[in-house]
Amino acid sequence: MDQFTINLLFVGASFALYIGIAVWARAGSTTEFYAAGRGVHPVTNGMATAADWMSAASFISMAGLIAFTGYDNSSFLMGWTGGYVLLALLLAPYLRKFGKFTVSEFIGDRFYSPTARMVAVICLLVASITYVIGQMQGVGIAFGRFLEIDAFWGLLVGACVVFAYAVFGGMKGVTYTQVAQYCVLITAYTIPAVFISLQITGNPIPALGLFGDTASGEPLLTKLDQIVTDLGFKEYTAPHGSTLNMVLFTLSLMIGTAGLPHVIMRFFTVPKVSDARWSAGWTLVFIALLYLTAPAVGAMARLNISELMWPNGTAGEAVTIQQIDNAPEYAWMETWKKTGLLDWEDKNGDGKIQYYNDANAELQAKAEEKGWKGNELTKFNRDILVLANPEIASLPGWVIGLVAAGGLAAALSTAAGLLLAISSAISHDLLKGQFTPKMSERSELLAARLSMAAAIVVAVLLGLNPPGFAAQTVALAFGLAAASIFPALMMGIFSTRINNSGAVAGMLAGLVVTLVYIFLHKGWFFIPDTNSFSDADPLLGPIKSTSFGAIGAAVNFAVAYIVTGMTKEIPQEIKALVESVRVPRGAGAAAADH
Amino acid sequence: MSQQNDTKNAYWQANLRLIGISLVIWASVSFGFGIILRPLLSGISVGGTDLGFWFAQQGSILVFLALIFFYAWRMNKVDREHGVDEE
Repeated sequence: MDQFTINLLFVGASFALYIGIAVWARAGSTTEFYAAGRGVHPVTNGMATAADWMSAASFISMAGLIAFTGYDNSSFLMGWTGGYVLLALLLAPYLRKFGKFTVSEFIGDRFYSPTARMVAVICLLVASITYVIGQMQGVGIAFGRFLEIDAFWGLLVGACVVFAYAVFGGMKGVTYTQVAQYCVLITAYTIPAVFISLQITGNPIPALGLFGDTASGEPLLTKLDQIVTDLGFKEYTAPHGSTLNMVLFTLSLMIGTAGLPHVIMRFFTVPKVSDARWSAGWTLVFIALLYLTAPAVGAMARLNISELMWPNGTAGEAVTIQQIDNAPEYAWMETWKKTGLLDWEDKNGDGKIQYYNDANAELQAKAEEKGWKGNELTKFNRDILVLANPEIASLPGWVIGLVAAGGLAAALSTAAGLLLAISSAISHDLLKGQFTPKMSERSELLAARLSMAAAIVVAVLLGLNPPGFAAQTVALAFGLAAASIFPALMMGIFSTRINNSGAVAGMLAGLVVTLVYIFLHKGWFFIPDTNSFSDADPLLGPIKSTSFGAIGAAVNFAVAYIVTGMTKEIPQEIKALVESVRVPRGAGAAAADH
Repeated sequence: MSQQNDTKNAYWQANLRLIGISLVIWASVSFGFGIILRPLLSGISVGGTDLGFWFAQQGSILVFLALIFFYAWRMNKVDREHGVDEE
């Protein structure tokens, strides 16, 4: 059986499983559609939240970004896990006590203003749609690879599948489907990592293998540092970027995590306030299983790629084109070339492919001497690394099929969760909450599904020119959530002073300033060549557009406090509402406001 | 009524104290040991690199996990002590 058939079998079987579950648990009423009837155990909820949360960015993209950058991209690891501490301590229990369905309902009630609710909805939509763009990139790459077509067509196929999949059920279908997806994705991520860790370090636990020794007795990371510096790249374990930028980037990802609607919504579905606290912990347990493995995947893949390109060592001769064409361990290069995401070119016509950093002065001297005419591995998209990893390590065909299924599970589960958040924001908060309060349940569901379709179309259009690799696009979405939603929720719970005008002004200031900073660096609406600055040389010193969310959040807090000081004090009953949110007792089953 | 308010106040203060301590630990392992203080820890070697690298790629995640479970356990106990837990 060839690899294409195996991939098709694995992907097909996993899809059949999810769709089966979605049909079995189909949403009947709006209550079920949004919040799964609130009967979900903290461990189950944690597992589903983990699947919902770990997206194409975590599964497909992150290890690749770590592999090619090393220590500096540790921000992804700390940022995307550290946010759960904030969520568990600062938000989840109180929002559960408040007991409504959506984040914007809380903001609308706490700041006693339909305008605040509307602004919150807009912030959610901007962050969620940016997030969906990143997911669609991942879906495109995964479909491109396993159908062996260009990533652009992969994106279109993926969009249709995501849509068909997301309209099937509401959160109830999604909760149990996501438990299945979690199982698929964590198995798919772990198995190849275990194989590779055994091959390289002899340790079956990749997280330990990362700090273990290679067959020669030399520690893995020391060996990797040596090889990459030999090729003129930056040392893997050392810091290279600005410390300030790294701190701000990590912080943006952390507070963005705690401000993302589709994650927060999950904590509305546990039975009790005390369960909301546990649930955040369980979610992080399931996330940590992948996040502790990811840095090992990155480092080991980097080592494998370097060794494949230099089979005779960095001092010897490079791999020959004949080897690439014929040797089975190089077959993955031909397959990935078809997606347009990997490419090489024998620039100096010596029949070999030299992979090195041609921007490095020392290597330029060496290249001169050896007759190299630049780096010949001309294209290596970071986002293909995890999917290509089992092939790079020559693992059996079924492992490759499993990883394809896992990558799609990760991208689909998150895309579905986000589309749900988008559709509930539009149909429940905007239409029913603002414009047509008398809307029937039937037309609300219809509106929800129509808005899902619209969101996918927008995401695909914007995803044609993605502002970065999948995880970087997603990082922008986190920056937007960090700057707009998180501060409003924090102030809503921890301050009895901030009033309606303060919150509205704060959210708008945070959102606008962050969005403008991103567009200035990534192009307006991500259209290429409309940017005035680049992340290589940002507007504000070392602060890249992906790190700006933390600054946006600070702006949000400051504006909210200043505007509150200039306007009317908040009414007594809102103070009472804040007091009641802070105390777990009396948390009944939450209700929709209709 | 005022006694009830005192209880609520004491409960909230206890919560804030616990959150404060937890967040100090949260920030020290990530922004501290993982990034800013990494040069200070460079003398301690771990598997071919230094302790700061370990904190940045693994240690901080393990501490985050411990923190959340500690807070949930402690806070659910504080709820009961102040009589504000859910029946």
